[in-house]
Amino acid sequence: MKPRRLLHVLPAVTLLVMLGPVIAGLYGTVLPAFGHLPAAGLIGPTITPFTDLFDWAGLPRAVMLSLGVGMGATVIALTIVALLTAGWSGTRAFRFLERLLSPLLSVPHAAAAFGLAFLVTPSGWIARGLSPAITGWDRPPDLLIVQDPWGITMMVGLIVKEVPFLLLITLAALGQADTQRSAAVAQALGYGRLTGWLKTVFPRVYAQIRLPVYVVLAYSMSVVDVAVILGPNTPPSLSVYIVRLMLDPDIAMRLQGAAAALLQLGLVIAALIAWRLGEHVVGAFGRRWIATGARGKIDPIVEVSALVAGSAAAFAVLAGIIVLGVWSFAGFWSFPDFLPDQFMLRNWMRFGPGTLAALGETALIAIFVTIAALALTIGCLEAEYRHGLRLTQRGMFLLYLPLLVPQTAFLPGLQTLMLNIGLDVGRLPVMFTHLVFVLPYVFLSLADPFRAWDARMGTIAAALRASPDRVLWRVRMPMLLRPVLTAMAVGLSVSVGQYLATLLIGGGRVATLTTEAVALASGGDRRAIGVYGLMQTGAALIPFTLALIVPAIVWRNRKGLRHG
Amino acid sequence: MDKGLILANVAISKGSTPLLSVSTHVAPGDVLSIMGPSGVGKSTLLAFITGTLAPDFTATGAIELDGADITNAPAHQRRVGILFQDDLLFPHLSVGENLAFGLRPGGSRGERQAKIADALTEVGLEGFADRDPATLSGGQKARVALMRMLLSDPCALLLDEPFSRLDTALRAQVRALVFARAKARALPVLMVTHDAEDAAAADGEIITLAPIT
Amino acid sequence: MKHLSILAALIAPVAALADPNPADWDVVLADAKGETVYWHAWGGSTTTNDFLAWVGSRVAEDYGVTLEHVKLTSTADAVTRVLFEKEAGENDDGAVDMIWINGANFAAMKEADLLFGPYAEQLPNWTVVDVDGKTVQTDFTVPTDGYESPWAMAQVVFVHDTADMPEKVGSMQALLEWAQANPGRFSYPQPPDFLGITFLKQVLVDILPDPSVLAAEATDENYADVTAPLWDYLDALTPNLWREGKAYPATGTAMFPLIADDELGLSISFSPGAASTAIANFELPDTVRTFVLDKGTIGNASFVTIPYNSGSKAGAMVVANFLMSPEAQARAQDPAILGYGTVLDMDAITADERVVFDALELGVATLSPAELGTVQAEPHPSWATRLADDWAGRYGVAE
Repeated sequence: MKPRRLLHVLPAVTLLVMLGPVIAGLYGTVLPAFGHLPAAGLIGPTITPFTDLFDWAGLPRAVMLSLGVGMGATVIALTIVALLTAGWSGTRAFRFLERLLSPLLSVPHAAAAFGLAFLVTPSGWIARGLSPAITGWDRPPDLLIVQDPWGITMMVGLIVKEVPFLLLITLAALGQADTQRSAAVAQALGYGRLTGWLKTVFPRVYAQIRLPVYVVLAYSMSVVDVAVILGPNTPPSLSVYIVRLMLDPDIAMRLQGAAAALLQLGLVIAALIAWRLGEHVVGAFGRRWIATGARGKIDPIVEVSALVAGSAAAFAVLAGIIVLGVWSFAGFWSFPDFLPDQFMLRNWMRFGPGTLAALGETALIAIFVTIAALALTIGCLEAEYRHGLRLTQRGMFLLYLPLLVPQTAFLPGLQTLMLNIGLDVGRLPVMFTHLVFVLPYVFLSLADPFRAWDARMGTIAAALRASPDRVLWRVRMPMLLRPVLTAMAVGLSVSVGQYLATLLIGGGRVATLTTEAVALASGGDRRAIGVYGLMQTGAALIPFTLALIVPAIVWRNRKGLRHG
Repeated sequence: MDKGLILANVAISKGSTPLLSVSTHVAPGDVLSIMGPSGVGKSTLLAFITGTLAPDFTATGAIELDGADITNAPAHQRRVGILFQDDLLFPHLSVGENLAFGLRPGGSRGERQAKIADALTEVGLEGFADRDPATLSGGQKARVALMRMLLSDPCALLLDEPFSRLDTALRAQVRALVFARAKARALPVLMVTHDAEDAAAADGEIITLAPIT
Repeated sequence: MKHLSILAALIAPVAALADPNPADWDVVLADAKGETVYWHAWGGSTTTNDFLAWVGSRVAEDYGVTLEHVKLTSTADAVTRVLFEKEAGENDDGAVDMIWINGANFAAMKEADLLFGPYAEQLPNWTVVDVDGKTVQTDFTVPTDGYESPWAMAQVVFVHDTADMPEKVGSMQALLEWAQANPGRFSYPQPPDFLGITFLKQVLVDILPDPSVLAAEATDENYADVTAPLWDYLDALTPNLWREGKAYPATGTAMFPLIADDELGLSISFSPGAASTAIANFELPDTVRTFVLDKGTIGNASFVTIPYNSGSKAGAMVVANFLMSPEAQARAQDPAILGYGTVLDMDAITADERVVFDALELGVATLSPAELGTVQAEPHPSWATRLADDWAGRYGVAE
């Protein structure tokens, strides 16, 4: 196929790569949910899997957990981000917080969850810091904090990770709307900073970040790794239950698991619809509020609360990583000592070799997947530039689809389908599955800078008789080195953090840092978790650091490329 | 065959709305100035000539350059040079590398370097080859941009408001330089401007586009 | 009949012909060279993971076998995989070459004809296994019939921090009383965790006047009656558990940090040496000791088994045989490494080999074989399955 033609079909290929596994996975979920699983000699249709599911005494609680934690985490994270941006954008405090939160975005969910657990358990770092001097505890209180039946700690674990995500998305949206002047006008009209922003800027910004917010909602409702680490077990959340059913030796359980996966999908769809309706309700109230002309008397209090909440989120992740580090070097460390009796390299000597093997596997998968995602993304964007093959608004929705369909709804189906048709599990299928999640993020990360590139540069280069390929490789790519590397870092960190895809599609044979770390959760060895969690964080953070440093070194003599 | 740039019954529309129509011949060494209010489609006309017309525009008519019909030729094979109001030097390349990007392939390393050095000398910038373009003054950048374009050996030169970013003193100087170099190479020049002074200095035919109603 | 057998020989699955014969050990060794064995084993214990890695390095060195430890969160995962492969017709080179298996899963796989063998009793090192003294030929009352080979002995011990609980208790009833007097200081792993179910069985075995009923399969008729005292016991115990029984540790090892932090004063382990090992690894304070009940505690052997569709059966047998070697057994028993009990007969190995065992310091918290006392038999696996389901319904879905 000629390169020219290749570029024409690339957008279609990209959509297929991204949506194919999702659709195949859903197909693979629907059949067993109705009792049809020829590989196990079961022929449907029957509704037994659903009746079995509804017979489970833990179902109401599991469903409530999924809904409550998902909705709660999304509402709270969005509120914090909105109020924080409203009250503080443009200030030094905000820039500081922004700089602090951006790298935290790449910290894998599992590592952040472990860090949080190590902070807030009754024997955690916070209790140690306050004991016995302030609390009077000389042994940890018997309090149910981590794995509480209401999933509150799990919700907090999600919030601290979603705040950085939503904040960065919001900042990107701010750049596209003429927000500063609106806020200035509102302030000139006597509105408080926060109220003015909420009334004039937020509606526009929200319209832009709507899809990412939906992603947060769907993700929070169906997350597995965070739930395994922080969530309750009596009963577990629906997603954890699904995974448990899928791993049960009794095949009938797998049918029930598929039914539960469909239920999970239905829940997410229902929650998204409810959220959409909620937008209208909030919008109506908002318009009423705007019409009252209230200037925002309590703005200062709200502003400070938002800053405290945002800082707490950053602190939770940062301190969590630090406490992972402390545990990784800890000798004996009993409560309520703030630091271990001794620091030693012993834990790293023990677990280091294992982490290196897992790091190799992690890196191999992440690098291949990211390069593939980058190639497809650049191909699509270049096809758009050269041939005007641009995604419509509906197309953008397709881009978000793999992030909106709950993982627990289609990954088990994909695994069952692969077993059904005799496809081997292992590294290659894992790579394809990672691509489903990596591709949208790489695309979303690179699309804006790619499109923002001054097209007159291309015209000039063409006028200088450079072919389109030469323009791409010799002009556009070098100029976009930093966003390209950032997109790569995003892709790498998404791949590094994948748990369920690696676990289910890898069939247990593919051991990455994340699967190893979460597997350790059940063993409770905090030193090992410290080592793995730190390695996992490093694997995600180092690419981001490189994405900052490499352009600075390569273009150290090029002032024109220092910014952006 | 006809030397120069011919626009034969060129008409451009956006969707179903006609935007402009023009028919003209620019002889080698001549400067044609196109004037008119913003939004009348001056830059769109240039995009049509360079082969970079956005997909939401449609154009009819033909473009001939030195007797060859280039209407449907790929942008990089048209040999139409263009300068914008911004210098648009490639920020990742040094001044010398920018010029080398424009210089046609061929010749030894030494020959190419000599050509680049000559070009810099021609505009009073000898020894600037290793400089970062971002460290140059506005006038210096404009001169580098001009020489980069000329080194690519174009058969016509388009100017899109090329001097509007320069201050008054510099403006006359750069303008004189551009016109002189173009004339020395016998290039047909098509200039889009809304500045009457530019058009007067061009000393050539002036077409004023009016919105089609 | 003759024709039939010839026909059978002709159409017999190629796999059967290719299967290595454990009795012909030289051929097995030759076949094993260069094979990769995927050993699916629970990966939650870092000490076990380290030991498995060591086994890998040793079999690579001596036999050219590459061992990959596939770290499971649940053994059932490996069983499912083999089951699915059978359904999908993957009969020659499945993903699983060896499984560290427990009774219930072994019974299920054996019944479903998913195992390779019999092979265990033809392995060269079988001759030094203590067949008479240790329960290595039955697994949860199910005869192994050579379909799995033992590699470690396990027995329930209770782990207590003498700083909190100076005296051992002699019965489950006494344990309940201690828990009631010290609320929040005891817990057990959440069933269906292996050790969690073992705790339920241990309660049952200890409080039943006559536990022999458990040796036979549980029936719909006797199950409710037999287990009623257990549920009464748990109803009394649960409000006094750690976190009032609203959360449970995931596994046995997850309870060690809770003891180290002084949250728990008492827990349960299935490995008599694990507490000493944990002390050596700074995971437990050195005030921790272990004890067993007056009537003894449940014990069993840890086994490995080879699925029928493994593509590396020779390699897997070499690993299984190495696990029963005095070298591996001595290392596993070293409390600084693993602290597992040996399956070997000390009288069957050579004097030189015995020296290594004798030199092992059992560790401060490890009971001597004499102190470990009577080993009680595991109930039939059907009890475990029902107990797990029942437990989940009663305590696993807190309202």
